[in-house]
Amino acid sequence: MDRGLLTLTQGEIGNIKLIDAGRCATRRLYEMGFTVGAPVKIIKNDAGPVIVSLVGNKIALGRGLAEKIKLERQK
Amino acid sequence: MKNGTVALVGNPNSGKTTFFNALTGSNQHVGNWPGVTVEKKEGGFRYRGRKYHVVDLPGTYSLGAFSEDEIIARNYILTVNPDVIINIVDANNVERNLYLTTQLLEMGKKIVVALNMMDEAEKRKIKFDVEGLSKKLGVPVIPTIATKGKGIKEIIKATIDVMDREIIFKNPVQYNEAIEQHISYLEKILTGKLPYPARWAALKIIEGDEEILKTIEGLGFAQGLMEYIKELHRGHGSEGFELEIIDAKYDFANRVAEGTVKRPQEESITLTDKIDRICTNKYLGIPVFAAIMLIVFLLTFEVGEEILGEAAVGLIEGLAGIAGISLNYIGAPGWLISFVIDGIFNGVGAVVEFVPLITVLYLLLGLLEDSGYMARAAYVWDDLMRKFGLQGRAFIPLIIGFGCNVPGIMSARTLDNKKDRMITTLINPFMSCGAKLPIYSIFIAAFFSKYGGLILFLLYALGIAVALLMAKLLSKTLFKGEASYYIMELPPYRMPTLRNVLRNMWDNVYGFLKRAGTVIFVVVTLLWMLAVLPASAEPYSQFSILGRIGAIIAPIFRPAGFGNWQESVALFAGIPAKEAVIGTLGMLYAGQYVEEGMVLVNAVQLQFTPLTALSYMVMTLLYTPCVATLSIVGKETNSLKWPVFMALYTFAISWVAAVAVFRIGSLLGFN
Repeated sequence: MDRGLLTLTQGEIGNIKLIDAGRCATRRLYEMGFTVGAPVKIIKNDAGPVIVSLVGNKIALGRGLAEKIKLERQK
Repeated sequence: MKNGTVALVGNPNSGKTTFFNALTGSNQHVGNWPGVTVEKKEGGFRYRGRKYHVVDLPGTYSLGAFSEDEIIARNYILTVNPDVIINIVDANNVERNLYLTTQLLEMGKKIVVALNMMDEAEKRKIKFDVEGLSKKLGVPVIPTIATKGKGIKEIIKATIDVMDREIIFKNPVQYNEAIEQHISYLEKILTGKLPYPARWAALKIIEGDEEILKTIEGLGFAQGLMEYIKELHRGHGSEGFELEIIDAKYDFANRVAEGTVKRPQEESITLTDKIDRICTNKYLGIPVFAAIMLIVFLLTFEVGEEILGEAAVGLIEGLAGIAGISLNYIGAPGWLISFVIDGIFNGVGAVVEFVPLITVLYLLLGLLEDSGYMARAAYVWDDLMRKFGLQGRAFIPLIIGFGCNVPGIMSARTLDNKKDRMITTLINPFMSCGAKLPIYSIFIAAFFSKYGGLILFLLYALGIAVALLMAKLLSKTLFKGEASYYIMELPPYRMPTLRNVLRNMWDNVYGFLKRAGTVIFVVVTLLWMLAVLPASAEPYSQFSILGRIGAIIAPIFRPAGFGNWQESVALFAGIPAKEAVIGTLGMLYAGQYVEEGMVLVNAVQLQFTPLTALSYMVMTLLYTPCVATLSIVGKETNSLKWPVFMALYTFAISWVAAVAVFRIGSLLGFN
């Protein structure tokens, strides 16, 4: 089942299923490694932008953009 | 003689600047890319008696046509055609960095990979099979630690080795059948018609890259080709192809890393994680930022002004004394003595005395920048910036503006949305730059010496507040639209390297000294002449030419409490360069109070009250930026309209603010 990135809490990991943002934003996300299947770990998701870890590399995402990333939660 | 050119290419935060410094040592030169204001760093190194030229390209994640930086890097690679590219790859982040590598290989370049920051990777327990990596990639790979100079010799050797050999690196990435078919069709038509690899161009056409499509259109190919391209994008939607192509490249990068880069099962909790728990905390983030900035200004003031500043003042005064005595001794004419003492020593010298102050400021800002904290500042400000119509990343150009507005505005270019870029540019002058520091410093010494650091902090805070209010106003009026998406890497905190910080500090201080010797010298000389002419009038009096000009403009400032012609002239003298405000006051007051032999601070105490000093400081904080800033705005926006707009609206705001300070202060019974 795919869920918006914002619904995951700190410490959870999900694999990217699809990105539903505009062309520029989608391309930028892809180029930074947010490709389909990539595992994303939530580092911080409370107030302000979300911080995720992508292969150990920390990236901050605005909440509006993060909402458009759909993940498939790993068990 | 140059024997070859080497270009450095790499992701942002891959340690490229440090690498460049380690490779070239002190042998470097900073300029601009032709036609644009992106900084261009060049340098050189020697190997076996031959000299090589090194160009540092802007740090990018990709070589598309999405940002100015990417276009510059890409056009340089395609048209200037460096002999070898050193591709700096962050060892902590191999897959994403290899995405860029695949693009370099597709451009048909000879490359050498520097697997950089090996020490950090080791701390994170990442293991490498360097030989395997090199074999799978088909490119020499050299492990390096640029901060410690490790691997630099080896990379030079590998680079020259590749340069001298006749080899062609293989193009590694294979795409799906549909894309490959399009590539081979386009490749056949394009081969030999373009100064760069046809396969690369074909791929870019399929991606829908606008730059390449324009070039192709301009070359006048047969109608069939254009039809084909149109059909290609209509049939599939270029977005689909675009993402499939990125996917394939990442796929390749992942396969290269598989088995050659081994990460531990569990990511260990690093020091960065621990620091970030505080620095990015939802309650502590902003207070931590404020505390850091307060410390920066306190230190700047205490160390730069109180400790080092005293020595500089003594030195300039001593030199002025010696010059005065020597000139008298050789019987120099009175006007020459007046020019040297009043014009040069009290004018230009008043500026030079602040070198210690700005040295400390640039040192501290450099430490912040090099440590990785800037990205966190942008992070904690994102929420607040959004309320004012901007996004977190727009905060970085503003902090850089504290040093100097020119690089601040230049760095606004990295924002990919026009609205963010324009607003960040237009509000940048409210970020008080290093050159204004001497002005505050004199007024603080005259009236508020007990609370120097605090007053300074409050002035800077006022600057930020006005900047944010203007951002809100601009985003509601001239630049409507959504704040753009925020995506930003948070690189690990790093111990700043002494070399980078000192280098950055020196570049800035040198710029300051250079301005003191050129622009400020010219301004002060001109004003000196106007102040002592005509010969019939008493020099430095209101009957001099300058006094008369000042008398005309002075009434503008009377509502703000300071309406003497000297202060008004000084404000206008600050438009060529802000340091000239103090230079001019120093020269004019010195001329006036020459008998009493007063220093500038005492003269200021006579001319101002604490309240008018405050309104004068607010005025200088907010008013029209210097010519260098205005001209960079002209270049960046490619128009005359915006710099003129900036010059006028900042003046209006500063006037209103200074008048408000004076009026409200008077009502409250201050003077």
